Amino acid sequence: MPTVSMTVNGKPVSGEVEARTLLVQFLRDQLRLTGTHVGCDTSQCGACVVHVDGESAKSCTMLALQVDGAAITTIEGLANGETLHPMQEAFRNNHGLQCGFCTPGMVMSAIDLVKKNPKASETEIREWLEGNICRCTGYHNIVKSIQEAAGNMGG
Amino acid sequence: MKAAVFDYSRAESLDEVLAILSDAGGEARIIAGGQSLVAMMAMRLARPEILIDINHVEALAGIGTTSAVVTIRACTRQAAAEKSVVIAADIPLLAAALPHVGHIQTRNRGTIGGSLAHGDPTAEILLTAMALRAEVVLASTHGIRNLQIADFGLGPMQTAAADDECLTEIRFPIPPLGLSIGTVVDEISPKAGDYAVVGVAVEVGLDDAGICRHLRLAASGASPVPVSANPVEAALLGSTLGSADVAGAARLLDPLLDPESDVQASAAYRRRVAVGMLARAIELARDRALDRSQNQTKGDLT
Repeated sequence: MPTVSMTVNGKPVSGEVEARTLLVQFLRDQLRLTGTHVGCDTSQCGACVVHVDGESAKSCTMLALQVDGAAITTIEGLANGETLHPMQEAFRNNHGLQCGFCTPGMVMSAIDLVKKNPKASETEIREWLEGNICRCTGYHNIVKSIQEAAGNMGG
Repeated sequence: MKAAVFDYSRAESLDEVLAILSDAGGEARIIAGGQSLVAMMAMRLARPEILIDINHVEALAGIGTTSAVVTIRACTRQAAAEKSVVIAADIPLLAAALPHVGHIQTRNRGTIGGSLAHGDPTAEILLTAMALRAEVVLASTHGIRNLQIADFGLGPMQTAAADDECLTEIRFPIPPLGLSIGTVVDEISPKAGDYAVVGVAVEVGLDDAGICRHLRLAASGASPVPVSANPVEAALLGSTLGSADVAGAARLLDPLLDPESDVQASAAYRRRVAVGMLARAIELARDRALDRSQNQTKGDLT
């Protein structure tokens, strides 16, 4: 079987994978990083969003072998010890999660947004989240969370 | 594991891609961003024996320009094209179309050429290419050939690319200089980011007197591949795109359409919506072109 190597949350990792192994399967099943969720499995819902070389991407629609050599950040890589990332903290403060299933993808997408557009308007935030579905329909507080975090992240 | 077993090959050069394609006898597929292909493989709608990854072939990514044409290499990411100042300035219709393609996380991976090669009949990049009469370049071990986009898209998920050919670049003509350009890409879809049911792409160029001197129109979702609306263009060139003229001319789209009914919409609905949306989009593009020319005039005076 081919070997894949990448950096995940700052740590070099490698493993043997079948070519058909998806990035999300490698993260969850081999690295046991189960914070990245699988929802729809067809790149619609966004529960599986991670950062690939700093850009948000859906890990259910990428092969692990395709990111050989890349730097991956997952939801587990955000907090600094006990201190949550400002985006995570804002989701907690604003009741930005209900059942929590979509939350890892929402947080990872939102961080990419604030990085690229620190002063995003509410409309821009809602447009950006087109690719992230919350089945609890808790969008209102998700948007509020992102607005607060954008302020705290120096936006 | 959901996809069937395959061999994976990461190509470093175009020659390597073409050699593998040539040897594979039709069993190889190219993967670029994989935003459609990986899902299709997971559903086993696609079962390639060999997957050739072109993401590391440097010669297949990037945007170039001459005075008449913008060339987008096939493996250029949709998100990169969306951010490109060249595309914003010289292919404004494509710039208007890109935000409709999937969503940002898929555009970060998905490519311009990948979308065209996939051949989804409601894809906005194909719609835009059809409106602008873009040209594609296909390479194989036998050589290179250029095809008009109308000869490339053959039907839903069907293109003229042979099994051993790789789409290498797409050439979009730049609108004529000296005209005020207005663009609109509009579509109806069940939800944002979803596949379009019907889509239209419109590029209008007005001269200083407000006369239409350049018009590029296409519609998708009401035919097996998007159609460019030549008769509508011919009827409106030289006019001021007044509402009555536009409504009349848009009806000339109807005979070009060949819609099918499916779970999302009936054939009759698709036909009616395509004609109606085209008329509305032409008027909006005209207004945008007029706004631009007025703003430019104001800018000249200050």
